[in-house]
Amino acid sequence: MSTPVATRPFAVAGVARAARVRRYGLWLAAAVVLLLLPQSVRTGTAIAVMNQMGIAVIFALSFNMLLGQGGMLSFGHAVYFGLGGFIAAHVLNMAGRGAIYLPVPLLPLVGGLGGLAFAALFGSFSTRRAGTVFSMISLGVAELMAASSLIFDKFFGGEEGITTNRSKAPLLLGLEFTRDRQVYYLIAFWLFVATLAMYAFSRTPVGRMANAVRDNPERAEFVGYSQHRVRFVSFCAAGFFAGIAGGLFAVNYEILTAENMGLNASGAVLLMAYIGGIGSFVGPILGAVVFTFLQSMLSDYTGMWLLYLGILFLATVLFVPMGLAGLLMLHAPVWRARRVGRLLGPYVLTGALGFVAAVGIIGLLEMVHFVAAGRTGTRRLFWLVVAPRTLMPWLGFAALVVAGAVGVRWTGPRAVAAFAEASRPGRP
Amino acid sequence: MTPAIELSDVRKSFGATPIIRGVSLAIEAGTRQALIGPNGAGKSTLFNLITGKYPVTSGRIRVKGAAVTDLAPYEINRRGLARSFQVTNIFTRMSVFENIRCAVLWSAGYRYSFWHRISAARAVNERAETVLEQLNLTARRDVPAGVLSYAEQRALEIGITIAGGADVILLDEPTAGMSRSETEHVVGLIRQITAGKTLLMVEHDMSVVFDLADRIAVLVYGEVIAHDTPERIRANAAVQEAYLGVPQGVA
Repeated sequence: MSTPVATRPFAVAGVARAARVRRYGLWLAAAVVLLLLPQSVRTGTAIAVMNQMGIAVIFALSFNMLLGQGGMLSFGHAVYFGLGGFIAAHVLNMAGRGAIYLPVPLLPLVGGLGGLAFAALFGSFSTRRAGTVFSMISLGVAELMAASSLIFDKFFGGEEGITTNRSKAPLLLGLEFTRDRQVYYLIAFWLFVATLAMYAFSRTPVGRMANAVRDNPERAEFVGYSQHRVRFVSFCAAGFFAGIAGGLFAVNYEILTAENMGLNASGAVLLMAYIGGIGSFVGPILGAVVFTFLQSMLSDYTGMWLLYLGILFLATVLFVPMGLAGLLMLHAPVWRARRVGRLLGPYVLTGALGFVAAVGIIGLLEMVHFVAAGRTGTRRLFWLVVAPRTLMPWLGFAALVVAGAVGVRWTGPRAVAAFAEASRPGRP
Repeated sequence: MTPAIELSDVRKSFGATPIIRGVSLAIEAGTRQALIGPNGAGKSTLFNLITGKYPVTSGRIRVKGAAVTDLAPYEINRRGLARSFQVTNIFTRMSVFENIRCAVLWSAGYRYSFWHRISAARAVNERAETVLEQLNLTARRDVPAGVLSYAEQRALEIGITIAGGADVILLDEPTAGMSRSETEHVVGLIRQITAGKTLLMVEHDMSVVFDLADRIAVLVYGEVIAHDTPERIRANAAVQEAYLGVPQGVA
């Protein structure tokens, strides 16, 4: 209580101005990066992965409007992504036939409105309760849609799904979307707009009350707000942005199947948000980028990529529940105190030992996979050619696991201690 | 003059157990009143009935003349009645400032708005800053409410209650668990923030009760056995037998 009250307004004004510069600067930098990113890569694969990332980021951010900001754990958020996508695909087909006028750039909005409509429908009863009841209803709705996809096969296209063709839609301002690179800019545009809108939502009265209802639904009712209504508004907004992501998916892949709104897709977005960190706005962005990157890279190398993503998720929940973004923010004081250099040594050492252990674990898992698949002979693992049906490679990788794990147990606490030391306030 | 709060034969049972057994009570507008009674008398339950947390089993409740008997807590709050809780009930992960600001929003007319920037809502932000200063919490403005000390959280609890500008204020044991100096500070705060308003508070600290209250209602086993000025309550034989049999000042 020793802060002199008289000097505060000035301090606040200065801080506010600096924060404003930093905030707008950040958005501007993000826009520039989005514009220049395709120039930095040559391969079509990289563009395809970036398109996938952009869609995933919008989807993960919309999911975090529920979980991180509203305290609603949904197991069926892909329903609104998928329905938005299906509606967008059908509308794109209608536009292609000339039945309606709708150019491709506006299609994500159609997806968004579709997601919003169904979020309003299902949200009207699912947001009555928070916690487990909400989660169970979201699971029920997801199952309901899975069943509906078989019943309404005209709309969902049965096993083949609904295909569409973005090049047949009328043009807006002569913008064509025949190549992936052109679609990239469409996705980047909607990514920027949607991210800005979702950030802005968190800074509105109802966005703040979403946090309040998350923290303490009872007290929110005693300051004039119906917890049901607050959750409902968040839920509709989340459905809207998920639908935008679904609409972009329809434009990008020109196909939607029931899988896109299934439990796996709902699980994936939960993993993305959680790995990135649900406690901050940027967390799901990080998570979606990392998840999509790993998904597309790992699936080229191993048939067990889902298992590795699962392990990453478990490791996050167990050891870093605040997620990647939370871990980074933990280091903000160290960064400000310019003490990052002191952490480099301990972190690199622990990281290297952790890497050794990871190599051992991956080696063992891949060999299990090899043997379980009934294969014989040799396969390449990292830089080695190994014969999984002989003893030596098992011993070798097991030795790596033990050595790495023992090493981490020894150096880990030192790294933590170094962090604690470096983040202590005050001059060095 | 219309009473700020009016209860007519209010009853509440949990299962077969009657907790409130026919309470009729009128709290005059603009007075500070205390609700006292031994543990288990039903004081908090009565608060929960008035504020809509529990539905009544039978009876009628009016706030400022309007029937609120079966309304939800948020509907009752919007009529200008706010309450605090016996166990601290705040938005733990939000900053102290955000806690207060959330409590101001509805009364400032922002409802479920997603088309206003909250940082541009000047009246709301100024009101929240003013309340922070009243609470002496300005220095703790940006700290998550969950890490405040106990006394600070109790102050914030009161702050959330009064921030919306309600003119009927219910405080449930505002000084519970506080040291003597903290209690004195809170009593001063309550006197300041309830000036010209109606206050009904549950309080065990008799020095606080006799210091603040214009009138005192005594609740024993779900019935109001007396409702009178502090002097007459002190002299009331039934009250002394039921409640003040122990020397006063013992919480």
